[in-house]
Amino acid sequence: MKIHEYQGKQLLARYGVTVPRGRLVYTAAEAVTAARTLGGSRWVVKAQIHAGGRGKGGGVKVVDTLEAVEEAAHRMLGHALGTAQTGASGQLVRRLWVEEAVGIAHEHYLAVVSDRASQTLTLIGSGHGGMEIEEVAAREPDAIVRVQVDPLDGLGDADAARLATGMGIAAERHAAARDLFRTLLACYLETDATLLEINPLVETTDGRLVALDAKFDFDANALYRQDDISALRDLDEEDPLEVAARQHDLAYIHLDGNIGCLVNGAGLAMATMDTIQLFGGRPANFLDVGGGATAAKVTEAFRIMLANPRVEAILVNIFGGIMRCDTIAEGVIAACRAVDLRLPLVVRMKGTNEEIGKRMLADSGIAIIPADSLAEAAERAVAAVAGRGATA
Amino acid sequence: MSIFIDRDTRVITQGVTGKTGAFHTRLCRDYANGREAFVAGVHPQRGGEDFEGMPIYASVAEARAATGATVSVVYVPPAGAAAAIWEAVEAGIGLVVAITEGIPVRDMLMLRARMRRREAAGHPPTLLLGPNCPGLITPDEIKIGIMPGHIHRKGRIGVVSRSGTLTYEAVAQLSEIGLGQSTAVGIGGDPINGLKHIDVMRAFQDDPDTDAVIMIGEIGGPDEADCANWCREHFTKPVVGFIAGVTAPPGKRMGHAGALISGGADTAEAKLAVMEACGFAITRNPSEMARVLEKLLR
Repeated sequence: MKIHEYQGKQLLARYGVTVPRGRLVYTAAEAVTAARTLGGSRWVVKAQIHAGGRGKGGGVKVVDTLEAVEEAAHRMLGHALGTAQTGASGQLVRRLWVEEAVGIAHEHYLAVVSDRASQTLTLIGSGHGGMEIEEVAAREPDAIVRVQVDPLDGLGDADAARLATGMGIAAERHAAARDLFRTLLACYLETDATLLEINPLVETTDGRLVALDAKFDFDANALYRQDDISALRDLDEEDPLEVAARQHDLAYIHLDGNIGCLVNGAGLAMATMDTIQLFGGRPANFLDVGGGATAAKVTEAFRIMLANPRVEAILVNIFGGIMRCDTIAEGVIAACRAVDLRLPLVVRMKGTNEEIGKRMLADSGIAIIPADSLAEAAERAVAAVAGRGATA
Repeated sequence: MSIFIDRDTRVITQGVTGKTGAFHTRLCRDYANGREAFVAGVHPQRGGEDFEGMPIYASVAEARAATGATVSVVYVPPAGAAAAIWEAVEAGIGLVVAITEGIPVRDMLMLRARMRRREAAGHPPTLLLGPNCPGLITPDEIKIGIMPGHIHRKGRIGVVSRSGTLTYEAVAQLSEIGLGQSTAVGIGGDPINGLKHIDVMRAFQDDPDTDAVIMIGEIGGPDEADCANWCREHFTKPVVGFIAGVTAPPGKRMGHAGALISGGADTAEAKLAVMEACGFAITRNPSEMARVLEKLLR
């Protein structure tokens, strides 16, 4: 679960990390008031959306007058902000963070992640702040320092010094940097974060270490014990279909194609999408119904897929291992009737009671295109979409 | 032979009285040698009771002492699952199979750190399979986990995969064309987990009764590429490789917590390229995994 930058900064501030003073605003007038209250002569107006890459998209403006604060706020609020991470249509900006500008002497990059290879916490640092870390990794891999931290031992002094040196932090601030590293590790663990990224972390002209950005991602499986973090969720930033799916215990991801897919198991769901593409089609979504696909759950999954107006055919691919194919057939039939399905439907079922399930589908009177293998199912779904195009 | 488990393996079940644990323990006991293999259940409050004729003990240590079991399978709900795995580790269990889906990453980080520390202190290592995995099966001998037993047949092909239903897909394809399996292992889709592809491939390399392997991966993380690079030097048997997620967009978590493209080296195409460079026969069509393998064996 992601949160906004300002929420991340407020969280960091509670841990004693220095962040610029700022105010959250919803209108241009509030932005001007915020800047006046903050004082000083230079401010940063920052669009609050969950996607990264806001700077390049025009979502971050450094301004020197109150008029410029107002103008920047006008340009951002109520408009879609497109970044490399938002998709073509962009993300509507509903709130802004107005903060004091700080004098920057040097920009650094710092992140905490859980590293799957070493199964430890890893601190990632670089002297190239303010750039995409992927870009730095591609162009200058040696400029990135990684320090593994055993969560039982914590960060040792030598490793902290190595990281600070590698990041190019001035020697007189190494002690402060070490404390900051340890604070961030504690914050990461205590909040069940899966990503904590500060880009840039700056050394200011007056010698402080200040977090100019704060990007968090939290473990969805741990939200049950993180009420304070859960309360920061902003559903406006999430795809409404993905939110609806989550409420029904379905994993749904919206994609750009026109063949809706309903599959059990994440790996098989991805493989189904891949096979559709292999046969020249484009998947409209990822949808994993999980292990216990009841008729009610399958119906809900159909509703969610069909809420996407681009869907022109549906492919159901279920490997009924423990789950019986007759149960799945029942679910598919009930779903078709409940949503009055008028699109081509390809069903591939495999596993226990396969023959009974297939007979039920055939006897249902619903126009279902059967398939034996995943490849056949994908081929037929692609053909069904092409056929619709030809007759339209 | 087979890897990790065979007909003589003795297993205890943690979380045997819950809905999932009870259901799957029943199916596991009904499979092949299951009645002899599944020797006890564990429940902290229900020691002394029994589960359909199988004794329940209050702790893993008691169950192990009473039965000599070397494997434990965990169905305990997510909030208590890491503690249950740790209990099995401390009791000296050799292999823990963690089926539970949805264990917080932090719990797994702390657990893995404790397991490393315990091993460094000289205790015999405990292997962990999973969490969030279907388990493993040696057909016609023993099934430990939630996979459908009936699609398997005994044979000489190894299967290792991060995804449950995609493992079943590979197994069913193999069985349909008459190729049986030595052992099929589902390592699970979580980012912080136990056995990796490379650990399972090491075991398949050493198993004289495995002739070839289907290895299935997903987007996210370096594990498949690391494994392929190891195989180039050390694995002498034919391998068919498939990676799910060619169509997955970056930055989106595709169901599994670990199925998330984060860098650029962990896309499906990048992993397929490494596998191919390391001598695997790769396929982009998951319906063809068994057929590609069959061709390799000819």
